[in-house]
Amino acid sequence: MADETLRLHLPEPTTRPGMDPDASMIKVPPAGTLPKPPLDEPDDKMWDYALGMVRVLDDDHGAVGDWDPKLDADTLRKGLTYMMRTRAFDDRMLRQQRQGKTSFYMKCTGEEACGVAQAMALRPDDMLFPSYRQQSMLVARDWPLVDLMCQIFNNPKDRLQGKQLPVLYSVKGANFFSISGNLGTQFPQAVGWAMASAYKNDSKIAAAWVGEGTTAEGDFHHALTFAAVYQAPVVLNVTNNQYAISSFSGIAGGEQSTFAARALGYGLPGIRVDGNDFLAVYAVTKWAADRARSNNGPTLIELYTYRAAAHSTSDDPSGYRPKDEFTVWPLGDPIDRLKQHLIKLGEWSEEQHEALHQELEDEVKRDLKEAASHGTLGVRPCSPSTMFDDVFKELPPHLRRQRQEAGV
Amino acid sequence: MSRMNMIQAINSALDNMLERDPNVLIFGEDVGYFGGVFRCTAGLQEKYGVKRCFDTPIAEGGILGMAIGMGANGLRPVAEIQFADYIYPAFDQLVSEAARLRYRSAGEFWAPITVRSPCGGGIYGGQTHSQSPEGIFTHVSGLKTVMPSNPYDAKGLLISCIEDDDPVLFFEPKRIYNGPFDGYHDRALQPWTQHPMGEVPDDYYSIPLGKANIVRPGSDVTVICYGTMVHVCETAVKETGVDGEIIDLRTMLPLDLDCIVASVQKTGRCVIVHEATRTSGFGAELIAEIQEHCFYHLEAPPIRVTGWDTPYPHAFEWEYFPGPKRVGEALTRVMEDA
Repeated sequence: MADETLRLHLPEPTTRPGMDPDASMIKVPPAGTLPKPPLDEPDDKMWDYALGMVRVLDDDHGAVGDWDPKLDADTLRKGLTYMMRTRAFDDRMLRQQRQGKTSFYMKCTGEEACGVAQAMALRPDDMLFPSYRQQSMLVARDWPLVDLMCQIFNNPKDRLQGKQLPVLYSVKGANFFSISGNLGTQFPQAVGWAMASAYKNDSKIAAAWVGEGTTAEGDFHHALTFAAVYQAPVVLNVTNNQYAISSFSGIAGGEQSTFAARALGYGLPGIRVDGNDFLAVYAVTKWAADRARSNNGPTLIELYTYRAAAHSTSDDPSGYRPKDEFTVWPLGDPIDRLKQHLIKLGEWSEEQHEALHQELEDEVKRDLKEAASHGTLGVRPCSPSTMFDDVFKELPPHLRRQRQEAGV
Repeated sequence: MSRMNMIQAINSALDNMLERDPNVLIFGEDVGYFGGVFRCTAGLQEKYGVKRCFDTPIAEGGILGMAIGMGANGLRPVAEIQFADYIYPAFDQLVSEAARLRYRSAGEFWAPITVRSPCGGGIYGGQTHSQSPEGIFTHVSGLKTVMPSNPYDAKGLLISCIEDDDPVLFFEPKRIYNGPFDGYHDRALQPWTQHPMGEVPDDYYSIPLGKANIVRPGSDVTVICYGTMVHVCETAVKETGVDGEIIDLRTMLPLDLDCIVASVQKTGRCVIVHEATRTSGFGAELIAEIQEHCFYHLEAPPIRVTGWDTPYPHAFEWEYFPGPKRVGEALTRVMEDA
C-alpha cells in the first residue's frame, strides 16, 4: 500500500450564521417503532435504543407504540402547566437580567419536557444531581418560584446567602443537590449517593445530568465505570441540546456515534429519547428508574433536544449558528407538542391554553414583585455578615481573625 | 495498650471506627481483599465484610466523586489514595466539590470525607511515589490538612478526621510507617516498638485537630516541623546541642498559631522544616504568620529547610531530602545571626 498524506479531521457544523438553517442530517425515526424492553434486558440487546430514538408522540399528535405511558389527562395537563410555568419564569427572569437586577441568567427554552417529564417520572424523594439548566425540575417539584428568584437576586431572602452564582440553586427540601458550575463533577457524586442508598438498604435512587459537551470530561467516564462496577441504582442523563456554548455536538464526538451509545462499552443500557416528546421522556425515565429501583442497575439516557435560547445571558448565539435554527428543528417545541396532543384527546383547547398562559404570566409577575420587594443585586442585596460561615462547619481561628479584619 | 507501628495504629483507628459507626466505610485501590499496598487496611474486609471495605477502579477522581456523594447521603467514607502523587486526578473533586459544597449550599449539603494518602520520600520511590503535596491543599479554602509523626498521634488524629464533618486530608509519611526515621538512611532504623509514641491504646481515643504538640521544649530556637521531619529535627537538635523547641504541627489547617507565636516570642528565633518543595510551600505561610505576629521578637531571620524545588530525583534522594546535616546547619546559622 502506498503511503497516503495524513489528513487532520476538524469537525465543523454544516451551517453557520448567514446561512439557511438546515436539519436534513438529523434522522428522526417514526414514533412507536421501538418496543419497550424488559427491565433486565441485556445491554447487548440495547443497540437499537442507543442508536435509534424512542418516540411516542407522532406527527398527528397521537400517542403510539409500546412506550406510551398512558398518563391520564390530569397528569398531562399538570405536565403542560409545569412546562409553561417554567417558560414564563425564564422569560421574566431574562428581562430582570437585562434590567440589571441580577448579573446572570440561564433559560431552558426548548428543553422544558426533559426536566418536567423526568421530575414527574421520578419519585419526589429521589435525589437529583442537576446541571445548570434544570430549573424545570424544581418547578415540577412545586418549589416556590419566589425562593428561586430571591437566589437569583442575591437578596436578604436568598437561602444561599449570596454565596453562589444566580441559578446555581441548592434545594435540599426538594431533594435537589447543590449545582456546582464545574461541569460533570456531580455525575460520579450521584453514583456515590446511589451506592450509599443501596448500602443503607434504602429505596431512594439518584439521577444526574450533564450536557453532551460534558461527556468529554473524565467525570463522565468515572461515573459510568463506577456505576457499572457497583451496579449503582442511578439514572445518568445526557441532555444533548446540540450546543456546548458555541461548539456543536461534533466537537464532543457526536459525529462518530450517539451519546447514548457510550453506555454500551460499559455494559450498561443506553437509550436515546426524543427530548421534546413529553410522553417519551416520561416513559424512558420511568423505565430507567424502575430498573434502578429493582436492582437491575444503572441506565444512560440521552435526551435529544435543542437549546432554543442562548447558553446564558453572557452569550449571543447569532455569532455561531443560523438565526432561525429552532424553526426547522425537526422535533418541534415540547410545549406545543403536548398541547396539540391534549387537544387531540379532547382534553384541552386553544382558549384554555391562552387562559393558562395568561394566568401563569400573572402568577410569575406577582411572584417577581414579591421577590423584588425583598431586594435585588444592586438594591438591598443580602448582608455579607455570613460570608465567613460554612467554609467549615465551625469557624476556625484563622477565619475568625479574617472576619474581624473584614469587619463584616 | 499495644506496641504498634504507624501502619498498625492506622489499621487500629479504622478498625475502631468501623466497629463504632455503621456509616463508616473504606475504599480505594487494592485496599479490600489485599489490605492495601502498605497493609494499612489489612484484615478489615475479612472482619467487616466487603461492603465496609472494598476495592475501587483506578480512578482517583471517581473515588473521591463517589466519596462525596456517599458523604452527602449520610455516610462517613474513608478513601485511600494509594500515593499522594496520585491525588492530582482527584484535584477537581477535592477543590471544587468537597471543599466548596457546604459553602455554596450555605450549609444544606456537606461531605464528611477522609482522604488517607501516603506521602513523602526516602523509600526510593522516585518522583511519582515521593511527593509531599500538603501545602497545595492548605491553599484551598474548605479543606483540613493533617500529617501525623508517630503511631499514637496517627491513630488519634485519624479518628478525629473520620468524625469530623468537614473534608480532611490525612497524609501518612511513609518513611516513618515502620520507625522514627532519624534522617540517616545508612543507619539501622529504630522500630516504633522502642519509641514511647509506639505505645498505642487498642481502644478508641482521639486527638483534636488544630492542636500542635511541643515534642521537645527548648529556649534557643523554635523548630517548626511535621511528619518525618519531626524525627530529623530531633536528631539535628541532639547533634548540634542547640536548645531547640520542636513543634510538631500535626495539623496544618486549621493551624495552631497560638502555639507557634508563644514559642517564637519566647525564643526569638525560628527554623521551619518540611520535606516538600520550597517555593510557595507551607513554610512560606508559616514565615509570613511569624513575621506578622512575632516581628519585634525576632533576633534573626527565620530560615526554611525544605526539599529542593526539583522533582524528587530517584538516584539522588539523599541529596534532595532535608536531612539532619542541613537542619543542623540552619540551627547553627540562626543562632549566629544578629
